[in-house]
Amino acid sequence: MSKSNAKAYWRENLKYLFILLAIWFVVSYGAGILFKDALNEIRLGGFKLGFWFAQQGSIYVFVILIFVYVRLMNKLDKKYGYDGE
Amino acid sequence: MMANRILLLASLDVQTWTYIIVGFTFTIYIGIAIWTRAASTKDFYVAGGGVSPLANGMATAADWMSAASFISMAGIISFAGYDGAVYLMGWTGGYVLLALLLAPYLRKFGKFTVPDFIGDRYYSNTARFVGVICALLVSFTYVAGQMRGVGLVFSRFLEVDINTGVMIGMFIVLFYAVLGGMKGITYTQVAQYCVLIFAFMVPAIFISIQMTGNPIPQLGFGDTLADGSGTYLLDKLDGLSTDLGFAEYTEGSKSMTDVFAITLALMVGTAGLPHVIVRFFTVKRVRDARKSAGLALLLIAILYTTAPAVSVFARTNLIETVSNKPYDNMPEWFKKWELTGLITFTDKNEDGNIQYLADKEKNELVVDNDIMVLANPEIARLPNWVIALVAAGSLAAALSTAAGLLLVISASVSHDLIKKMINPNISEQGELIAARLSAIVAVGIAAYFGIHPPGFVAATVALAFGLAAASFFPAIILGIFYKRMNKEGAIAGMIVGISSMIFYMLKFKFGWFDGGTKDDWWFGISPEGFGTVAMILNFVVSIVIMKFTPAPPEDVQQIVENIRIPSGAGEATHH
Repeated sequence: MSKSNAKAYWRENLKYLFILLAIWFVVSYGAGILFKDALNEIRLGGFKLGFWFAQQGSIYVFVILIFVYVRLMNKLDKKYGYDGE
Repeated sequence: MMANRILLLASLDVQTWTYIIVGFTFTIYIGIAIWTRAASTKDFYVAGGGVSPLANGMATAADWMSAASFISMAGIISFAGYDGAVYLMGWTGGYVLLALLLAPYLRKFGKFTVPDFIGDRYYSNTARFVGVICALLVSFTYVAGQMRGVGLVFSRFLEVDINTGVMIGMFIVLFYAVLGGMKGITYTQVAQYCVLIFAFMVPAIFISIQMTGNPIPQLGFGDTLADGSGTYLLDKLDGLSTDLGFAEYTEGSKSMTDVFAITLALMVGTAGLPHVIVRFFTVKRVRDARKSAGLALLLIAILYTTAPAVSVFARTNLIETVSNKPYDNMPEWFKKWELTGLITFTDKNEDGNIQYLADKEKNELVVDNDIMVLANPEIARLPNWVIALVAAGSLAAALSTAAGLLLVISASVSHDLIKKMINPNISEQGELIAARLSAIVAVGIAAYFGIHPPGFVAATVALAFGLAAASFFPAIILGIFYKRMNKEGAIAGMIVGISSMIFYMLKFKFGWFDGGTKDDWWFGISPEGFGTVAMILNFVVSIVIMKFTPAPPEDVQQIVENIRIPSGAGEATHH
């Protein structure tokens, strides 16, 4: 494996991390905390939306984020030939 | 014949049911321990390194969900309302950090413990030693809390003395942790996950159907009441709360800054806890580490999304059962919990009714957080076997976490202190004996804390997260993502981070250094949330010191390049 290959792999990895962590931040700290009062004006059945994000929604998104990451990285490993044993 | 048998089962009392179910689950745990004895240090520290992602995910979930998650959390949320979100988001969001920023790289690094990584990456036994101290501090404060949970369940449901309860629990853990090491712990944790999740979900589903007609608790607590009134459950609870003078349930009362800081401290602390990180050393490949972090969070999320529903059900049921009702008409569970001192009633206006109010002067009822989950099935009048199941589930939660922590303690002593620092020539057999002996000593100390719980246990659980956030998290992140980070920076950062965290806790929790009240908090941040500030301090100090000191040696920079690439992880090894 060449050094530039490893560098390019790492750069793409960092890009994924940045995007996924931005979503992580927005759903929990954004929707669940900072903007909860504004979101609470909207209702989802019996839930006020900000409250729902804080106690339910953010957790669902966390789970999805990790599985998306797993998929992206498995593809990336293959692309750069790092998927062997 | 069949009808007779059903009649017999229905007539068994809670205590008999508890003996049957707890006895049955304990037999399984011991059986697994005998079947999975550890033969080498690699078995003992990382279960031989061949655990499947699903098994590791289940074990991580059980390891992670302690007595605090199972027994206390829903109760705390019940009384805190919206503010309870700090635990829900804080204790799950950390897994995103763990999966994306730590687990794959630490697995690639392939060692046995967290201080191992710190010591090797920062090419220094001083760094390793600081790591060992942090790991021991975090794990001991945590384990003491688990023992309280074990004692509580035994004393209430089996009506044995709390001390006897602690001793029974300790004996079981001792048996499988010492015999099986990580290998035994992993497979008992898989069984314990099944027990605890079943025990948590069954009553939640029953109560959800009872109150809202919706069998899925996650949806039920946002649904309308089953009484046909068309009112939403949460609206009703908001109304009940404000009538009694409490804050609206869905609003909470903490400041936004503090909610933000506590959530971040818990998330980062979660990602920095050694007993969680070490679980990812047990899988075969880097991609397995990523996948098993995802599975772990999925399995944890089942409980964590149900808990806030349980909180709402329990809170509503509690208020409706007790508020303004005559004391003499209280159901049996109320009297039983009074005996344990976790419910207290003082009839201040002597009218024989229970006034449950936010106003401390007039309030007559004090209910401990910890009983909400345990008493919930009784409050909702569920069958006896469900109540017994909850007892077995809480024991599974407490024991699985205690075992994981004990392993971290014993590995820190036998591997990091003895093998890596004091006597590098120790034989494999010698190290295995040392590991088992340190596990026994650790169990002894934990049992002591369980029987003589220090008054600061509850306060120090937050300290455990703060410590992990202030020490391990920045050191590991910088170690992976910043090749230029050197030992001077990392050691200074860890020491400043931990010391500031300890200082703040001592000052505002224990009144040292002139103490202080809520109004004196820095930036309005509580001690529980201060881990966030201490973590930022650690990052800043590390980077500033690093700028003025030499770069790490070439071979260390090579290690960093190497851990960033997933292939060729090999097996977790000594050298």
